[in-house]
Amino acid sequence: MSTERAFVVERWTRLSAGSSVAVAVVLAILALVPLLFDANVVDNLTTLFIYLILSVMWNALAGYAGLVSVGQQAFFGLGAYFAIQLSYYGVGVYPALLLGAVITAILSLPISLLMLRLRGGEFAIGMWVVAELARLIVVLDPVINGETGVSMIALNAISPDSRRDYNYWMALVAMVVLLAAVFALLRGRLGASVQAIRDDENAAESVGVRVLASKRTIFVLAAFGCALAGSLWLATSISFQPRQYFGIQWTAYMIFMVLVGGLGTFEGPILGAVIFFLIEYLFGQTGVWYLVGLGAAGIVFALFLPRGIWGTIEDKFGIRLLPVGYSLRMLRPVLHPGDGAKTPQD
Amino acid sequence: MIWGTQILNGVLLGGYYALLACGLSFMFGVMRIINLAHGDLAILGACLVFLISDTTDISPFVALIVVLPVMAAIGWALQRWMLERSLRSGVLVPLLTTFGLAIVIENGLFEYFGADTRSLAPYIGDFAYDSWAITSNIYIGSLAALIFALAVVLLGGLKIFLSYTPLGRSIRATAEDPDTAALVGINTRAIYGIAAAIAVATAGLAGVFLAMRAVFTPYSGPEQLIFAFEAVVIGGIGSLSGTLIGSIVLGVAQTLGAQINPQGFLISGHVVFLAVLAGRLVIAGVRARGGLSTLLARLP
Repeated sequence: MSTERAFVVERWTRLSAGSSVAVAVVLAILALVPLLFDANVVDNLTTLFIYLILSVMWNALAGYAGLVSVGQQAFFGLGAYFAIQLSYYGVGVYPALLLGAVITAILSLPISLLMLRLRGGEFAIGMWVVAELARLIVVLDPVINGETGVSMIALNAISPDSRRDYNYWMALVAMVVLLAAVFALLRGRLGASVQAIRDDENAAESVGVRVLASKRTIFVLAAFGCALAGSLWLATSISFQPRQYFGIQWTAYMIFMVLVGGLGTFEGPILGAVIFFLIEYLFGQTGVWYLVGLGAAGIVFALFLPRGIWGTIEDKFGIRLLPVGYSLRMLRPVLHPGDGAKTPQD
Repeated sequence: MIWGTQILNGVLLGGYYALLACGLSFMFGVMRIINLAHGDLAILGACLVFLISDTTDISPFVALIVVLPVMAAIGWALQRWMLERSLRSGVLVPLLTTFGLAIVIENGLFEYFGADTRSLAPYIGDFAYDSWAITSNIYIGSLAALIFALAVVLLGGLKIFLSYTPLGRSIRATAEDPDTAALVGINTRAIYGIAAAIAVATAGLAGVFLAMRAVFTPYSGPEQLIFAFEAVVIGGIGSLSGTLIGSIVLGVAQTLGAQINPQGFLISGHVVFLAVLAGRLVIAGVRARGGLSTLLARLP
């Protein structure tokens, strides 16, 4: 008929443009929280930001690159460990927290050489072995005092009130920067590459996707993010016990947040982190029943709602608040083949 | 002479790992699932036997007669209600669901049994520490020897079962290609159920022997999963005889490591595992570039 196009490919729908503005407003308000609210709110939000970082990082690995890791606690623990080491050798507290994560990210490169050759379950448990080995080696370091652990004494030099505010701002900035990095990466060429790998590694390779390089970028980014979460956790709790920082419970939290929020969606893990934070806030005192509940919820979501809460909403209503993909908008009604054969009464 | 004893102990410890890894290897071979709850299922078996022996004074060996069918039934139910559905949803979901199951089992056991370290050794009398003198200073523990023999019989028996019985052939056909197997009249659903039952029952068996030869807590499962997995990967994934060899390599590496440093037991096991992985990568890389001779010829 004509060359006029029946659709446009678009990224920013009116809704997602609006939600981006809303995000900016929320962030501006969040930046002012320490000036407006009491210590309790600031502490809780700092914890939430750390969960959010973990959740988004694990989703980047599993939901986009198809790498299910049950050993991200390796990087969480190492980030905190290197921060302690650096502070022990005289580096200032907050630079040490950041540098600890940078060193961990550098260390994750040689680890990725070995681990990324493994597939599926082998990668999952392989990462767990890495986490265990990291813990065992850290325990050998005399600075850590074995299983007893150590405190980051330099943190005590800062008054508790200003420390709380600094931690909050650092966690907020870390969260925003990491979220923005994941958002930018997923919208670009890398996002398409890793999703192709997740869906079918061999097919992706055959159409020219650089499989290893793409996976490695996500792996190192996730290592950095988890390490930064670990050093931030250290900043809020001061003490470092190897078994706690390298504990498997972090992976359980990450899987819960991502599965409940929505594996492989950008917004889902954010929602998942908020839900997890609220559940922990309400039921964290009930001890291990709470962990049983987390595990059971993870199973139920994986089996019956594999796209999580946000993924289901997204599929049902076609809402994309922060678009990492593309959507098709029809400009005029499209006649489907076969429509013409129908009588008007239909 | 201490090294000779340690190597012998390592080989016998490898027997325990083979018993533990058998189910993990078998389940992966048939269903392509790495069951992240494998170690916790082993501990569940140990806890069930402990419960029976502790309340009724029945020997753990007799209690096994009850517990093994229960574990098999758990495996079958797991397949029916969880794994089957997970398998349909792609490769990631079985990992996520079995990890969730692991968290549920270990924390559930903690809630019921508490954090106490337990052992079945007091319930099997002298057998826990009996040993035979090989020479004046090398002894073999009778329990360790029994575990080793059991592992060899189990792995060998499983291999013969898979090779020569009709059911074994159906299992292999299903492992090879479930759709085609179903076309020629194999009930793949039942086959998967049987495979899961065998895998979980052997996991429970291994857990009970862990409890006899050492101690356990509700949170011992993840470590057992890691050991089993390392043994399977070192020996070559999917091969039952490889699993025995991998288990012995892991056991010997750990006992020799413990000889060097108290922390060395775990570290050397993990390091050997990673070294084997790295070694395979290097070999594969060399092969892909035309073999060692081609690479050497290219050197200036």
